[in-house]
Amino acid sequence: MQTATAKKLEMYRAMLLIRRFEEALTELCAIEGTIHGMMILCTGQEGVAAGVCAALEPADAIITNHRSHGHLLAKGADPNPLMAEIFGRATGCNRGKSGTLHLAVPEINAPCTSTVVGAGPPIAVGRAFAQQYRDEQAVTVCFIGDGAADEGSFHEALNLAALWQLPVLFVCENNQYAGAQRFEEHTRAAHIADRAAGYGMPGVVVDGNDAEAVYAVTVEAKARALAGNGPTLIECKTYRWRGHGEADHQLYQPREEILAWQRRCPLALLQERLLAAGLLDQATVAALEAEVAATVQAAIRFAEDSPYPEPPEALEDVFA
Amino acid sequence: MQQLGMGQAINQALLEEMERDPAVFLAGEGVGVGIHASPMLPTTGLLDTFGPKRVRDTPVSEAAIAGLAVGAAEAGLKPVVEIMFTPFLTLASDMIVNHAAKLRYLSGGKSTFPLVVRMKAGAGFGAGCQHSHNLEAWLAHCPGLKVVMPSTPADAKGLLKSAIRDPNPVVMLEDMLLYFQPGPVPEGEYLTPIGQAEIKRPGRDVTVVTWSKMVGVALRAADQLAADGIEVEVVDLRTLAPLDTATLLASVRRTGRLVVLHEANRTGGFAGEIAAVVLEEALASLKAPLRRVCGPDIPVPASPPLERWYIPNEERLMAAVRDIV
Repeated sequence: MQTATAKKLEMYRAMLLIRRFEEALTELCAIEGTIHGMMILCTGQEGVAAGVCAALEPADAIITNHRSHGHLLAKGADPNPLMAEIFGRATGCNRGKSGTLHLAVPEINAPCTSTVVGAGPPIAVGRAFAQQYRDEQAVTVCFIGDGAADEGSFHEALNLAALWQLPVLFVCENNQYAGAQRFEEHTRAAHIADRAAGYGMPGVVVDGNDAEAVYAVTVEAKARALAGNGPTLIECKTYRWRGHGEADHQLYQPREEILAWQRRCPLALLQERLLAAGLLDQATVAALEAEVAATVQAAIRFAEDSPYPEPPEALEDVFA
Repeated sequence: MQQLGMGQAINQALLEEMERDPAVFLAGEGVGVGIHASPMLPTTGLLDTFGPKRVRDTPVSEAAIAGLAVGAAEAGLKPVVEIMFTPFLTLASDMIVNHAAKLRYLSGGKSTFPLVVRMKAGAGFGAGCQHSHNLEAWLAHCPGLKVVMPSTPADAKGLLKSAIRDPNPVVMLEDMLLYFQPGPVPEGEYLTPIGQAEIKRPGRDVTVVTWSKMVGVALRAADQLAADGIEVEVVDLRTLAPLDTATLLASVRRTGRLVVLHEANRTGGFAGEIAAVVLEEALASLKAPLRRVCGPDIPVPASPPLERWYIPNEERLMAAVRDIV
């Protein structure tokens, strides 16, 4: 299917923002004392976040996981409170309670980032159930990794979603690794999407580094869900460039493999296509780069200039 | 006043709340069409009244049932889901412990999770340790959860109605044997506040703190002890989290003696928390060492004499009381 020009540019801008946002985080992580705790990035996987979220409306919900920055930015999260939360500041989107790993942005219908692998699908089932219960014209997208498909909760959730024909899209970003385990070391089958047949739902394999292709299958799956025909399991084949987290030594990831996937960079791929099609020129690329750089720098400044929360604030937000 | 078993009282609470608020729905294994058709059970007849949109029978999928509640609650619905027996909590625990209880905190107070998880509890029906294992202490240990455990049909109705209206996740543990013991239940609107213990019997000599089915044991023991001139005050916690320390401490300060009674096994049981609160806040009021009367540290056995032996009874409680009075 043809992707409208505006959507293509939207995806390109989203991928550029995610890439530069996370490159800044990589640099900040290298400076001792800047960012506390784990840092898990989606560098190299931006095509999935951008492609899926370009097919979504504000009313559509996403449930994401520990590798969430791309999904949240593509869904439209404000980078300032996002960065402030990553910095552990009081102005963070979760007042310093979640940090980089559990970023929740309910105001853009991204209410849950779970770091418990496989926890997203049952919650997405609940979110989609509410949409169906209230006859909303909206879907829920659940982003999971290939490791999550090995959890029992994945099975329970997909079975129930199919049984009740819930408007939910399970988007599996198969980035080839679950922790230090290669895909073929944790699963015998070639494709996670093949499991969809066992639940009576469509399963689709798509090149996750091709944002336009991801967008196209998402549009199709969303239309199916909105027509009352239930969930889809979409497996996006992609690759994480930077290991599980920034502290990862990546000894298990062959250098050649990383380089090969970097030659298939999702951002470069879309940029080349847009340039070739005349939908983008070098001046616009430069302007977008400048705009995104300013956005990221502003977010970092906002975070750095924000105070830390006061210890007594730790006691707040447990109960409503 | 109407006489209902606890199951019927719960049924009435569900019916009234579903009529009051279209956002309330039920889900679980057999909540619509179950294998037992007794009128004493909590969800009997609700499918006929409200239809399959609001009374959802689910596959045998505890994690999905609990996750359904979490996701739907965040979106503004009021799920009341059932985990058939308390030991199956282990299958749903990630959703309850890591998500229902924590997601509001992780949102920085932006999201609310108005959900209720109901679980059958207690021993005494011969199903053994994978159907009978009271885990209220595990649940009460999780910040972000409210935990209620009623002893009477009236409290069950009042607590469940409060739980459904509460903007936070509430777990209600229902001792199954209480489903079949009738008691007075107020008709119509009746709310029991969460977090409020009740003195079910006043007495000057010793405080027995207990909850759920053990309240009946305490009241029967108190009757017998009264014949010997020992006046027992029975404090029914009703809610374990948040704990009503005011009522608990006031009672212990009056009587100067404490016995904590629960059916769950002793080690790591909630009696330890009660004891700690009293020792920290009211040690000077104690005239004697406190006592715990609990199940032994074994899985609940299946054979009738073994299971009967497991469950704390009047004799064991009376012995503990006599020991310190």
